Amino acid sequence: MPQVGIGSPLSEVENAGMSSVLAAASIAELLAQYIDSTWAYALAALIHAALVLGFFGVAPLVYIWLERKVAGRIQDRLGPTRVGGKFGWLQTLADGVKLIQKEDLCPEAADRMLFRVSPYLVFVASFAAFLVLPWADGWIAQDLDIGIFFILAIMSLEVMGVIFAGYSSGSKWALFGGMREAAQVVSYEIPMAICALVPVTALGTLSMAEISRMQGGTFLNWMVLHDPFCFIAFFVYFTVATASVKRAPFDLAEAESELVAGFHTEYSGIRWSYFFMAEYASMFAVSGIATALFLGGWHSGIGLEKAVLDPLRAQGGAGFLIANIIAASIFIAKGCVLVFVQMWVRWTLPRLRIDQVMTTCLKYLLPISCFLFLGITVWPMVIHRFTGRTTILDSVNVLGSELGVPKANQAYRPELVPALNKAPTGAVAPQGSEAKVEVKPEDKQAGPVPNREAVQEGQVQS
Amino acid sequence: MSWLTAPIDAVAWVFQGGAVYVFALMAVVCAVAVVVSQNVVRMAFWLILSLAATAGLFFSLNADFVGAAQLLIYVGGTLVLLVFGVMLTASGPFLQIKSRPGEMVLGGVVGLVLLGLILSSAISVDWANRGPRSAAETVGVGFNPPASGNTTRELGLKFLGANPKDLGSSRSTLSPGFLLPFEIVSVHLLVVLIGAAYLARTKRRRTGAKSEASSLTAS
Repeated sequence: MPQVGIGSPLSEVENAGMSSVLAAASIAELLAQYIDSTWAYALAALIHAALVLGFFGVAPLVYIWLERKVAGRIQDRLGPTRVGGKFGWLQTLADGVKLIQKEDLCPEAADRMLFRVSPYLVFVASFAAFLVLPWADGWIAQDLDIGIFFILAIMSLEVMGVIFAGYSSGSKWALFGGMREAAQVVSYEIPMAICALVPVTALGTLSMAEISRMQGGTFLNWMVLHDPFCFIAFFVYFTVATASVKRAPFDLAEAESELVAGFHTEYSGIRWSYFFMAEYASMFAVSGIATALFLGGWHSGIGLEKAVLDPLRAQGGAGFLIANIIAASIFIAKGCVLVFVQMWVRWTLPRLRIDQVMTTCLKYLLPISCFLFLGITVWPMVIHRFTGRTTILDSVNVLGSELGVPKANQAYRPELVPALNKAPTGAVAPQGSEAKVEVKPEDKQAGPVPNREAVQEGQVQS
Repeated sequence: MSWLTAPIDAVAWVFQGGAVYVFALMAVVCAVAVVVSQNVVRMAFWLILSLAATAGLFFSLNADFVGAAQLLIYVGGTLVLLVFGVMLTASGPFLQIKSRPGEMVLGGVVGLVLLGLILSSAISVDWANRGPRSAAETVGVGFNPPASGNTTRELGLKFLGANPKDLGSSRSTLSPGFLLPFEIVSVHLLVVLIGAAYLARTKRRRTGAKSEASSLTAS
């Protein structure tokens, strides 16, 4: 049982399998020096849960303020200016205090139990998505093997809360909003999942941390620049994700010009604000997925890792902590930029009609994403035929060596890819950066499966 | 001090395997609530909680893939459609479901038979010799991967026809796998889908088709 403390270097991939509770383990070990070890573990888990929950709570506060500012600027206004000093940055807090004080109304015609519960459903589903967001190397609440699959599954639960809110309100506006939301989200889930599959197919893993780890080095290694299909998939994914968190121009469930306020018409006070916390948190969640899948996750893309972070991390202790805080800041910053783009789009584009929304999804986005998925499966074989590599850019050999990317002298280095150590099919060989998939069709017809030990010792070249 | 330490004790208990009991209890209670409640929409709500708790059971037993599939297929997919249908039809006489005594007896008998079946199969498992399987049993301070690990990779290999347990041994373990049955089922589903769409369409008259379609998208 390898023990990983705060002092051990984490970038080693041999530790990757343990990274699920790596952060927890380190704090737990720290605490274990003072108190009983079981307790230390529980306490550390509580601390980490509180950290994620804290981010989940604070991010909407900031985003709602940002939304008002962005809206104001785009409409040639100032936005909030008074509360909390120059930029009105405490505006959301003031709103929150106001909302808590408001009466918690429940309409006469409502189904009381469902009406009261549905904000929590939305809230919980949105929060659960944060479980598998990779903040930094080793900082992930649950490094599931199936991270991206899990996040897509759990985010599809959010719609249930909205449907129940719409139904139980006992109002026609709310019911319309709920039905629209159901129709919209159920259809947009499909292209979203297929678009998320495009980089997953190229990299050969579903684990969010693994996907992020493979995009180290320069920004040329980010999946968005990996090949044309991933490039298009990023934009399709972002469109679909915007729709799936019901943001304008796809905010048909709320559509204040048609439906008063849609599914949350009858809500007031803190329950109403739960819906909005969940919405803004989901905006960050889908942006975080986009960051991890396409934009290099916690990597800076300019070689900061090689120059600063890796030495810092190797020092262990506080150095490791600082390195990971910087990496997490990079991840959050990327996510925030994407959230900003969502706001920008919202205040720029007019709302679509419901039939246009469905047409956009079913007639355009769905076929496009299917095409992209087909394309990415064929791409490595085609490009390998012409260049001998599986990527267009030879970024590793051109730029990589100065920036800490290992030379692509081998097809892959199995010790860098823990996924391969466990998956001895030898067919797909994604590496940290380059030489992704060396699949030749004849290899796939798999004679004897190479045995596990051979793969682990790196003797098997695919 | 005991009130202060209670939450930590609770978390510690969850880590030592309590999560399974929490989820199991939740699944059972919500399943009973489905049967007891008479409002259709509330039934759907309790069903969601029950199925989600079942997914939680899978997660706490380290079967990530099955858990996520449970969430995606049953909670996120099937139940959304179910709620969708229920909401469209749940008005007036169809909102409340009251079962007659005869139906309750019949349902009770079927339920008891199923319970007996499940209990007998649960008892027949040799629990003592099954080895450490769950994440809960192997978690301590630090992280030690459970003996069976996460199930995804084994599932994938099985799916393609390689037996993960036999890897490394000399005998050939390749089998057809489950790819063909999977394809057959998926094509079958596609056929059903097209058939349903065809049946739903032919009922409408030609003149009404346009307005029907527009009203469908407008709602």
